[in-house]
Amino acid sequence: MTDYETHDFDVIIVGAGGAGLRAAIEARARGLRTALVCKSLLGKAHTVMAEGGVAAALGNVYSEDNWKVHFRDTMRGGKMLNNWRMAQLHAQESPDRVRELEDWGALFDRTKTGLILQRDFGGHRYARLAHVGDRTGLELIRTLQQKAVADGIEVFMEVKVLRLLRDADGAVSGVVGYWRPSGEFVVFTAKAVVVATGGVGKSWMYTSNSWESTGDGHAMSLWAGADVIDMECVQFHPTGMVWPLSVRGILVTEGVRGDGGVLRNSEGTRFMFDYIPPMFAAETASTEEEGDKWYDDHTAGRRPPELLPRDEVARSINSEVKAGRGSPHGGVFLDIATRRSAEDIRRRLPSMYHQFKELAGVDITAEAMEVGPTCHYIMGGVRVDADSAATTVAGLFAAGEVAGGMHGANRLGGNSLSDLLVFGRRAGIGASEFASGRTGTVHVDEGEIEAAIEAAIAPFSLEGGENPYDIHHELQATMQSLVGIIRTGSELEEALEKLEKLEERATRVSVAGGRRYNPGWNLTTDLPSMLTVSKLTAQGALNRKESRGGHTRDDYPKPVAEMGEVNFVQRITAEADGEPGVGGTPSIRSISVTPEPILVMPDDLKALFEEAT
Amino acid sequence: MSEELNGTVGTNGASANGAAHAANGANGANGAGDQVTMRLWRGDATGGEFAEYVMPSQEGEVVLDVIHRVQATQAPDLACRWNCKAGKCGSCSAEINGRPALMCMTRMDTLPPGETVTVAPMRTFPILRDLVTDVSYNYEVAKRIPPFNPRAKTEDEVEAGGYRMQQIDVERSQEFRKCIECYLCQDVCHVIRDHEENKTAFAGPRFFARSAELEMHPLDVNDRRQLLQQEQGLGKCNITKCCTEVCPEHIKITDNAIIPLKERAVDAKYDPVAWLGRKILNRTKRTPAEAAANSPATGPAAVQPAVAVHGVPLAVEALPVPTNGSSPTGSGSNGSTAHGDGPLPTSDEAPAAEDAPAS
Repeated sequence: MTDYETHDFDVIIVGAGGAGLRAAIEARARGLRTALVCKSLLGKAHTVMAEGGVAAALGNVYSEDNWKVHFRDTMRGGKMLNNWRMAQLHAQESPDRVRELEDWGALFDRTKTGLILQRDFGGHRYARLAHVGDRTGLELIRTLQQKAVADGIEVFMEVKVLRLLRDADGAVSGVVGYWRPSGEFVVFTAKAVVVATGGVGKSWMYTSNSWESTGDGHAMSLWAGADVIDMECVQFHPTGMVWPLSVRGILVTEGVRGDGGVLRNSEGTRFMFDYIPPMFAAETASTEEEGDKWYDDHTAGRRPPELLPRDEVARSINSEVKAGRGSPHGGVFLDIATRRSAEDIRRRLPSMYHQFKELAGVDITAEAMEVGPTCHYIMGGVRVDADSAATTVAGLFAAGEVAGGMHGANRLGGNSLSDLLVFGRRAGIGASEFASGRTGTVHVDEGEIEAAIEAAIAPFSLEGGENPYDIHHELQATMQSLVGIIRTGSELEEALEKLEKLEERATRVSVAGGRRYNPGWNLTTDLPSMLTVSKLTAQGALNRKESRGGHTRDDYPKPVAEMGEVNFVQRITAEADGEPGVGGTPSIRSISVTPEPILVMPDDLKALFEEAT
Repeated sequence: MSEELNGTVGTNGASANGAAHAANGANGANGAGDQVTMRLWRGDATGGEFAEYVMPSQEGEVVLDVIHRVQATQAPDLACRWNCKAGKCGSCSAEINGRPALMCMTRMDTLPPGETVTVAPMRTFPILRDLVTDVSYNYEVAKRIPPFNPRAKTEDEVEAGGYRMQQIDVERSQEFRKCIECYLCQDVCHVIRDHEENKTAFAGPRFFARSAELEMHPLDVNDRRQLLQQEQGLGKCNITKCCTEVCPEHIKITDNAIIPLKERAVDAKYDPVAWLGRKILNRTKRTPAEAAANSPATGPAAVQPAVAVHGVPLAVEALPVPTNGSSPTGSGSNGSTAHGDGPLPTSDEAPAAEDAPAS
């Protein structure tokens, strides 16, 4: 059997993006022995790529703003599928979480009176996003990283976690993984584990996500017995780069539209005026003139349709391209050059300026950008208790993108960074309280450890097997073409068949070289997660026979009221057919799906929606 | 040199419709339809060599794209660290044709047409494997920077719910907070690039920028100047500006961080009266009482965190520095990246910026 080292902590946090760092800071502040385990170097997690801002009803720009308005915007943006309690806590607590960052050294852009400046974003009634130019995620992660270092939190970098470990009673008691630099295995035992592993975008071909977004936390939690919800709700951000092909999918911040940028088709038409849905008609401008006035004064006109929620804008772009009115490389035009001065653009959108200049040779102060939808975010995730971030498995907590419910069927821009802060902190508290109450020595199952290790190194002893890169590419092609922005029943069924075939092939991968910093091998250990989350999304999408938020069915183009009352809950059905999947994980064939009622919102919160126009 | 360095990731004004090659036809060899030869360092701390991979060219690609295709088709175990592929995380730092750069932001069609593209790991850090280096030195230095220590909120600020700072006052520090921690500035800095022994007493440009950020932060009340001089080796920097040249975020590290820090540190060292005066007159930083409470004698040194960052062996002792015989920048048939031939400083006498070859 293969050797491994062990470490013991009170709380282990898997993932060092915004949610993981915030959870660690909280657990450490409560005096628990806390460690962060992350797949990359500290400070490189996907949070670093967030651009536009962090949403919080600070009321610094529009004093009319408050948590109730933010709550209502979030629920409507999520097409009411959200866990209302999460949306409430998020709206109530995000202002304090943002101000706290400032106490830790963050430097947001300022209003004239010296307070934190806020910018407009889609779906938010008021200018609400605290930001630093268009690099807000970097500010957030660096602030939290520096705070974590100052607090003396232990960080285990470049460790890939393979599996959650449980004790005899089924409580999560640790994790097993390996050091990527050395290939040596490592076990962490803990009284509580927080997964904060982010998203799943790397199962799609065109995505704004970094390589780490392989759905490890979603998959590991599912394998450990946790419920997962809403996995069909995937957000395709309307504006990713489309050219050159090598950068296709890289994010173009919504801040471009928030700061005045507009979308045009090949005929030069601001086509979003043709796609205003009834739900938002009352608050959306009906003419260009009216929309343009709104930028300077939100009381002078209604908001332009370019700032509808992301699902609406992404679908509209998709329709324009399909109708033959797209840009040369299959997107549409995003124009800020004719709307703002070059100096303004460079000051407010410096990263976008450099990104287009350096990667596409486009000067966005002089010409329009070509943009199109890119796989960006998964609203679905591990089912959690809103207040404590506890999953349905004892000892396991989830926060950030890996947790489901907060954003319903569609997330508003800026609500992700605030989600990380609010629920990262809550997960830190939840895990700390659970760990403090857990008595006795934590035991893990040696058999689980050995099985995970043996499965991980098995590809080294198989010669002439499948190339893991080929399987990954085929998985991405499958998800892109069959489980993309617009779905149909027949294609989803085809996708599910293909995924099972890919899973079967993935059990026969071969790896060359040794275990030290070997990306081919590392990929084989990411494939089980990627296949699992792909199955979750395709299966959820097949079952949700309606269109809602980020989930659009060509064969069921409208929302269905009864469907809005349920979450599709997925879990592993014990011993479904006995055959294991890739790397000894449960086969994707053993995943079941059940509709279960959503949480019912209390009347006082319901009243907020009746008051609203 | 800055023009040319920036030019390695610039595009000669090409537009989005693929005119890059038309506008700059000579670059076509690294564009679509042809082949490109990639010469990549393969090896570890004990030694290694360059290996050549011939790949079909594809339009609009960056160096990292080609490396990914090499992994997928020819060398599945080729080690390469990366994350975002969008110039935002600072993971994929390497030396491309001898020049420190991000692989994800270096377009193939900006490199010399028809010539082999050489990619080596950063030389200043121990090699883990292939293109991946052990950058833990930087994480160790980060722990020794006294943390942010804000002044108390005023009554007005408590009521307003947050600090009041003017945009103009936050912008100086914001420049340094653009840093993506790619460590290219650390890599190029000759103080440690060719003097391993300096690593124990030298923070490097990245962390001078961090200290400058905190020194100029409108809220921070720590005084970091003595520490910078005595423990972080600020004086060793002889302002050759190599760090500024390679910064992918275009932070003016030398002009805006290091030189102002040197001036402040000198003031603190030789003129305590002037130092105290500055403290009192500095309009946003601190009151005289706070300044006294945070004087160098009682201030920052006491706030050293004891942090363990695990992962890779500690840089300095555990892994031998590659000798010229095994170093990726010191061997190989093509001399274009050989030690001393490239644009990088190789001794205390850093070459003038103009020495860099045009790309």
